[in-house]
Amino acid sequence: MQDKIVEVNFGPQHPSTHGVLRVKVKLDGEVIVDAQPVIGYLHRNAEKLSEMGYYPKAQIYVDRLDYAAALNMELGFVLSAEKLMDIQVPDRALWIRMMMVELNRIASHFIWLGTHGLDMGMLSPFFYCFREREKVFRILDEITGSRLLYNYFAIGGVYSDVTPKSLEMIKTWLSDFDKNLTEIENIFKKSYIYVARTRGTGKLSLDDTISYGVTGPMLRAAGKKWDLRKNRPYLHYDQINFDVPSQQAGDVYARMLVRIEEMHQSARIVAQVLEKLPAGDFYNKKYSKPMLVRIKATGESYIPTESPKGEFGIYLVGDGSAIPYRFRIRSPSFANLSAAPAMLIGYKIADMTATLSSMDPVFGEVDR
Amino acid sequence: MSDNILVTTLDEALRWGTGKSLWPFTFGLACCALEMMSAMGSDYDWARFGSDVFRDSPRHSDLMIVSGTVTKKMAPRIRRLYDQMAFPKFVISMGACASAGGPYVRGYSVVDGVDQVVPVDVYIYGCPPRPESLIKALKLLQDRIADGKVKH
Repeated sequence: MQDKIVEVNFGPQHPSTHGVLRVKVKLDGEVIVDAQPVIGYLHRNAEKLSEMGYYPKAQIYVDRLDYAAALNMELGFVLSAEKLMDIQVPDRALWIRMMMVELNRIASHFIWLGTHGLDMGMLSPFFYCFREREKVFRILDEITGSRLLYNYFAIGGVYSDVTPKSLEMIKTWLSDFDKNLTEIENIFKKSYIYVARTRGTGKLSLDDTISYGVTGPMLRAAGKKWDLRKNRPYLHYDQINFDVPSQQAGDVYARMLVRIEEMHQSARIVAQVLEKLPAGDFYNKKYSKPMLVRIKATGESYIPTESPKGEFGIYLVGDGSAIPYRFRIRSPSFANLSAAPAMLIGYKIADMTATLSSMDPVFGEVDR
Repeated sequence: MSDNILVTTLDEALRWGTGKSLWPFTFGLACCALEMMSAMGSDYDWARFGSDVFRDSPRHSDLMIVSGTVTKKMAPRIRRLYDQMAFPKFVISMGACASAGGPYVRGYSVVDGVDQVVPVDVYIYGCPPRPESLIKALKLLQDRIADGKVKH
């Protein structure tokens, strides 16, 4: 027997790449000896196009970064822009934003859970997850008028108020959410094959996680309780109770547990927001929509937010005109994906789909 | 007696069968891919309309749904995947990006329309289109196949 390294090309079209990722894999038998992600198949100049228009116009490109959680992306943008322009936001708008962001986080994690099930060879969780996700989408559709990409947050507030009907919908949805999620959770936890394929797969130690700049559920699965909602509170996250889930193992199974617990916590946050939602304006009346395009800004701002994938923020530089001078996107998936070689090398090729899907990369955000 | 006999040509029967048994290709590019997944998911379940299983290999499938922005880096791959599909094959261009570049049309790396790469049978507007639109496009494509008005 002689050692022979075989090169295998994974992607850009592959059902388990969650988009257009390509990985150049070198194999020694079944063992991965080298894996290099090749990105850029969805590079669509979000940063440069955002620098070509007025501040509010950039929001449609921000929406399409992490299209699975568009409201979380919008939040990062509006917070940065409001800091740059020094605009006050009414209290009600802040609470509405918090509720919407958590709803979208749940929808995003449902997509991940469903497709992760598909990658692991389980078809039924996909249909369960999409059933639950559609319930969230019906609420978001009622409030924002759109299913996937919302353009709902505005600089200075939100575009429309929540209706009493939508609040009722949320209450009905919350009443059996935990039960339904536990049902899905049990499909994963009680599947012998799933547990055998994911325990100890795709391990990333805490030191490696930090040195690669990995954030979000992957960091928490490696043992660090770091959540920007807790550690650097924005909106009103300091006024509500929620736990930051964490696991010690740092493998694919731990990431699944962390994400599912995060969904439970998000539902808890939504329930608390419903109780505390104050009356009042939902946008700053001083800044109507036509006014917003005329606001000139100077200086720079960056507010990190906890998106479903990790730390997300937009670094804005204003040069005194109504158009951003620099629009830099800090995207969590890009940093998370850079740790892929460390997680893949040394494992079998069959573990690759499990590891790649556990990172939850979204390519609108990686390639921008 | 005449009630029990169906008179048809072989071509017509073949076209009818082709339209009602489309196998789409699991090929997500960007945002629209999530709505494509919704269309195959629980609520919309487009298997009801005869487009049954999503296949992972181009050689098993006969319907390509271009769901998302086509970049200059991805365009040659799309052509190659299209060439790998077996006849008969059909293309649905889903959403503004795939049809005409959408909001990214001014970008330097974006192809403005997948019809520059592969022949497209049905275009859907929307950014992203709702799953209902995709189901409507499927029905439209089925009608066109039945009428024999498709591009190859």
